[in-house]
Amino acid sequence: MVIEEVLLIILFLLILTIAAIPLGKYMSKVFTGKKTFMTPVIRPVENFIYRICSIDQNQEMTWKRYAYALLIFNIIGITFLFALQLIQNFLPLNPAQMSSVRWDTALNTAISFATNTNWQSYAGETTMSYLTQMLGMTVQNFLSASVGIAALLALIRGFTRQNSDTVGNFWVDLTRTSLYVLLPIAVVFALILASQGVVQTIDPYVTAQTLNGANQTIAIGPVASQEAIKMIGSNGGGFFNANSAHPFENPNGLTNILETFAILLIPISLVFAFGYIIRNFKQGLVIFAAMMILLVAGMGVAYYAESQSNPIIDKLGVTGGNMEGKELTFGVAESVLWGSTTTDVSNGGVNSMHDSAMPLTGLVYMFNMGIGEVIFGGLGVGLIGMLFYVILTMFIAGLMIGRTPEFLGKKLGPYEMVMAVIALVVPAAMILILAGIAISLPDGLTGLNNPSAHGLSEILYAYTSALANNGSAFAGLSANTVFYNLTLGLGMLIGRFAVIIPALAIAGALAKKGRVATDASTFPSTSALFVIMLVSVVIVVGALTFFPVFALGPILEQLFLHGGLTF
Amino acid sequence: MGEMLKELKKALIIFGTLTLVLGLIYPLVMTGISQAVFPYQATGEMIKINGNVVGSELIGQNFEGPQYFQGRPSAIDYNASTSGGSNYGPTNQKLIDRVNETINEIKTNDNLSANATIPSDMVLASGSGLDRYISVESALIQVPRIAKERNISESAIKDLIQKTQETPFPGIGQPVVNVLKLNIALGGIH
Repeated sequence: MVIEEVLLIILFLLILTIAAIPLGKYMSKVFTGKKTFMTPVIRPVENFIYRICSIDQNQEMTWKRYAYALLIFNIIGITFLFALQLIQNFLPLNPAQMSSVRWDTALNTAISFATNTNWQSYAGETTMSYLTQMLGMTVQNFLSASVGIAALLALIRGFTRQNSDTVGNFWVDLTRTSLYVLLPIAVVFALILASQGVVQTIDPYVTAQTLNGANQTIAIGPVASQEAIKMIGSNGGGFFNANSAHPFENPNGLTNILETFAILLIPISLVFAFGYIIRNFKQGLVIFAAMMILLVAGMGVAYYAESQSNPIIDKLGVTGGNMEGKELTFGVAESVLWGSTTTDVSNGGVNSMHDSAMPLTGLVYMFNMGIGEVIFGGLGVGLIGMLFYVILTMFIAGLMIGRTPEFLGKKLGPYEMVMAVIALVVPAAMILILAGIAISLPDGLTGLNNPSAHGLSEILYAYTSALANNGSAFAGLSANTVFYNLTLGLGMLIGRFAVIIPALAIAGALAKKGRVATDASTFPSTSALFVIMLVSVVIVVGALTFFPVFALGPILEQLFLHGGLTF
Repeated sequence: MGEMLKELKKALIIFGTLTLVLGLIYPLVMTGISQAVFPYQATGEMIKINGNVVGSELIGQNFEGPQYFQGRPSAIDYNASTSGGSNYGPTNQKLIDRVNETINEIKTNDNLSANATIPSDMVLASGSGLDRYISVESALIQVPRIAKERNISESAIKDLIQKTQETPFPGIGQPVVNVLKLNIALGGIH
């Protein structure tokens, strides 16, 4: 049984990698404006959009202009989604007659979806109208993903360009990513999901008369179209409260494997696309290797931890795995496979309730997020985060060999170092600060669903998820309060823009520089040694930041569990 | 300043255009195609008996009474207008209390010995609160009770379980039974 499951997971990762290479190649062509097989279909639509928006696709932007365009686009997105929720009761496509969403919930949700976090303090099927789900959530699922990739493209151009003042055109990057990459994959995936039982309808909720003669109201809606982009766009915000544990989001074993596949597909492809764009496929492969090592290591620990049954419940004469919060459709192995990937990639969709997982499983999930979502990570921003770690690694290597650090032929100076460190340290520090505030205030503590060490984990998980722009939760925490909606909303904004703005600043600084020749004394960035150093830096930074608090949360709970202590 | 305003105008128009394409055209076209090609799957696989919807193939429901197979515990009492799990952590006393209570109920209802073991899916709640399955093992525990209540042979019920059991991913994993389908099929045996 165990061997079967492990083989299945290896096969899954293998197929995924094989699929990601051609997709990476395709994306590299799209991002550099080359012709692809989709060009004849999509080019007219693309040109039409540029025409009505009076966008000159050859006009280049400085990094500041690029950042300005990105920021106002996000402000418009947040404002629109916020307003849409407040007035949804006056708008059509609201068969369940959802009322206006409370202001703090609406604000938190608007920030959440625009920052690609998809933290949900609301329950979809009892809060949002069909129109809000389509015009609000679905749209931001696409756009926040495209924005992340746009930021990455600017950073890559910083490495590929020389003596240049500009880093690309934000509108073009945004439009191309949405139309050539996300939309076609979403269309195909939505139809596959709908064929398997993911609902796709605008009919009202159905009332069934059960075998007992009771009424059972069954929530439905335009789910497949939202589910598809939710999975491929590293979003994770469910149509339903139970997310992909809900049978109408993820009805069977096949959809589950496909959805897990979709979580990782584009994030992995982007690493290969990076290799193609910089004309150094090996460099992409090396970063892929570092990420894959971290993914497999975390998944291994989580799989082992979750395969253990709860010893306290065992003693009561119960046989079988820890099925609390899990569906029989998926079982333990596929729940952990999903849980690991959804926290590696900043997807945040869940097919099991992480709150009910074993303590060490929860620790792995928090670690994956806490290091900044760099194990493939969110669309665009995941690779950006890893490139920050690369800069840090190169700096450390430079100190060791006594040379100015460089990467891809660009010298990395104090400015690049400072920016990278801001992006790595600020979100991590804010996790600890905000969680510290929450455990010190009654407003923070009243939301707890679990006492003791697990309660600390519940709060820590929430802020880790927000700052990492992940969106999954230890969902027992009642976070739909003004306190949590505002502090988590602030966390999501910091987690997003403390990464994107430094990335654009580095892009601008690097693009201005010329390329230096590599020689025998250059630290090679495509060696096995480099992979080992990069992985070590990620683990050491994560461990130093979080292990003290992990000791009081999941590690202490693990000791309680085996000591038979309950609270 | 003029440049900044120009950029803002571009942002507004492109946001509006993409919102229409991605938020209205895309989901409505998907709805149209799905309803035309997979009308049953895209509408929730509703099971009808004599023209009335009795539930969904994919969604669990409550079954009151010893004559029905019972599903897994549900944190939302199988109210399908919502969804969710208990979110109890492994050291939460409330979880242990609930498990204990469920074990006692099962042992009483199914007349099991005090030291009998019970499969975990029967005492641990699903994440959705709507799990339609129980393990075959959990179904077999309930067979003697149902045979007695319905006055039919245990072997007929076991045959039914054999016939309705499935694996969620074709060919892999633990065999399970859909409780609603099983209970509907039970109604056909006399």
